[in-house]
Amino acid sequence: MTIVYTIACLVALGLFFAVVLYFVAQKFKVEEDPRIGQVESLLPGANCGGCGNAGCRAFAEKVVAADSLDDFFCPVGGNEVMARIAGALGREAVEKEPMVAVVRCQGTAEHCQKLNRYDGAPSCRVAATLYSGETGCRWGCIGLGDCVSACEFGGVHLDPRTHQVSIDTGLCTGCGGCARACPHHVIELRPRGPRGRRVYVSCVNQDKGALTRKACTIGCIGCGKCAKVCPFEAIRIENNLAYIDYTKCKGCGKCAAECPTHAIVATPIEK
Amino acid sequence: MKKTFAIGGVHPHDSKLSRQSAVEELPLPETVAISMAQHLGAPATPIVAVGDKVLVGQLIAEPSGFVSAPVHSSVSGTVKAIEPRADLAGNPVPHVVIEVEGDAWLPEIDRTPNFVGDMTLSAEQILARIKEAGIVGLGGAAFPTHIKLSPPPGKKAEVLILNGTECEPYLTSDDHIMRDRPDEIAMGAQIMMKALGVGRCYIGIEENKPEAIKAMRIAAIRFGGLEVVRLKKKYPQGGEKQLIDAIIGRRVPSLGLPIDTGAVVQNVGTALAVYEAVQKHKPLIDNMITVTGRCLPVQKNFLVRIGTPFSKLLEAVGGIPENAAKIISGGPMMGKAISNLEATTVKASSAVLVLTEKETKRRPEGPCIRCGKCADACPMGLQPFLLYKLAKMNRPDEMEQEKVFDCIECGCCLYTCPAGIPLLDLIRIGKADVMKIMRSRKK
Repeated sequence: MTIVYTIACLVALGLFFAVVLYFVAQKFKVEEDPRIGQVESLLPGANCGGCGNAGCRAFAEKVVAADSLDDFFCPVGGNEVMARIAGALGREAVEKEPMVAVVRCQGTAEHCQKLNRYDGAPSCRVAATLYSGETGCRWGCIGLGDCVSACEFGGVHLDPRTHQVSIDTGLCTGCGGCARACPHHVIELRPRGPRGRRVYVSCVNQDKGALTRKACTIGCIGCGKCAKVCPFEAIRIENNLAYIDYTKCKGCGKCAAECPTHAIVATPIEK
Repeated sequence: MKKTFAIGGVHPHDSKLSRQSAVEELPLPETVAISMAQHLGAPATPIVAVGDKVLVGQLIAEPSGFVSAPVHSSVSGTVKAIEPRADLAGNPVPHVVIEVEGDAWLPEIDRTPNFVGDMTLSAEQILARIKEAGIVGLGGAAFPTHIKLSPPPGKKAEVLILNGTECEPYLTSDDHIMRDRPDEIAMGAQIMMKALGVGRCYIGIEENKPEAIKAMRIAAIRFGGLEVVRLKKKYPQGGEKQLIDAIIGRRVPSLGLPIDTGAVVQNVGTALAVYEAVQKHKPLIDNMITVTGRCLPVQKNFLVRIGTPFSKLLEAVGGIPENAAKIISGGPMMGKAISNLEATTVKASSAVLVLTEKETKRRPEGPCIRCGKCADACPMGLQPFLLYKLAKMNRPDEMEQEKVFDCIECGCCLYTCPAGIPLLDLIRIGKADVMKIMRSRKK
């Protein structure tokens, strides 16, 4: 008999609370734009923060609230995802070139001599606040891998032998997480380029040429030969450092052939 | 009864190896490179040109800005270059490089060992002399002394506290000046008391320096208003806020200045420099530097001209031993590792410490076991484990709520952590971020 009472009581209580909850839910209902959920489902869901928002949900809320898609871009999903969002919301999407992270430093031990050994906390951020680094160059890659842990997609690798960072372009989504994590701003986002052709100066050393040369044999000495040879005026020299403007560069690679220190990198054209 | 501060602190082995080594004068190097950024605040502006002849004690750079200090030549010779050179951390800082020729001093500097006890200058004249002599706090922070001795309007100093604690392990330079020159230090205290208009001065010395306590007690009897306070050995007793708490039992409020408690703290080395500047016309051109380490064959206390390369100091103790792994400027707790041995000494340099791999190696980092040792050790009553987490996650607003700006970067948390977590390294970064945000908010 007891079991019957127990079941009856619980069923009665359950029904009672269900009714209360139903009315409460009706009373305090939050109206939400159904398009937010729709947009969110179209996004990659990596929550990487590459768009500048806290996550994909925050991005979706802002996209739906805004009038146009001009200021929004999901670097991970790229043009494809943006076009789908535009279709769902009935708006125009802006085409943007897909970006990829490039590491602007080639200072391995064979080029850049180590002068001391760092034994502090294994973080670039910590090392950068403490001193100028293990080599004579105080600008380049520290090699403790803050960018590796910042990458949500496993696209940054640290060579355990040379302590040089490399980007797996197949995995890189261009979110810019690694670029933000780098205290020396060695990593830059550049367009992937036509068939993967990118030409960039792989050095961030702003010391005078002689000092750079002394610290590293593959650094940019700011000689300006590249700027002279460039047919498109895409190269400027600032603070003893050449910079190739990717909006003007056509990827001919003349500068890379001219560079006396081989600081300019031209990636091979993918077949 | 022995006094000490109330919250936190750690007890590292004091390792005062060079306690019994008499002070020696380091031979002059061939060239000195004098940094223009030897003090907290704006770097000084050089007023000499390449090729100029300078004498010892001659002004070579003027202060630029309110918080700044002049710089004087520590040697006589020819200015060879004015250029940026790497400091001990490898970052370029403007330096004046002087080639040493002989040792000719400015004629007005009194180089006799005679004690000058009478002083008729007014408070303003004293402050002007201290400012002209380029004196900065020699306890480590190198804050210009004349600013510290002129309290901001509305605040009144009640007491002067001399810091003779030397709580960092290994360091013995303050110990030696207190033993060798107690009268001069006491006179320096008298001068600063007059500048501040206070009648009372406490000299805090830790119990592990009995000779210094005795010498300073005898000197204190000769001069009025001075009292030597024997303190328990505990790190970081030499911190300004900790010393005020230990001696007069008052707490500096969060975000406040020591003057809010009515106390002005000066290092004993600064007191000696003040005496020399005011009574002997000698600007701050040399300081006492301990060269020490278990792996060194000899332990030395050198009187060193400012601008001497660290490599010269190491040469004077027979070079760098084979098993040396790290060379530190300052003590093991708060000192900075020297990555560039051609860097030169500055006004606030206190020691060169050579450590072996075994002594300097960090424990392998493990997970936090929530033991709370860091919170117990923090002399500012902060929660280092929490600040570390917040700094790692980059949350400046929450760090501000947790009062990260109170951190004095003493390193007690890191020293005490059984899991080897680099607490201070991350907290220091977070603190810098928070301070930047707070400053921009003020503007």
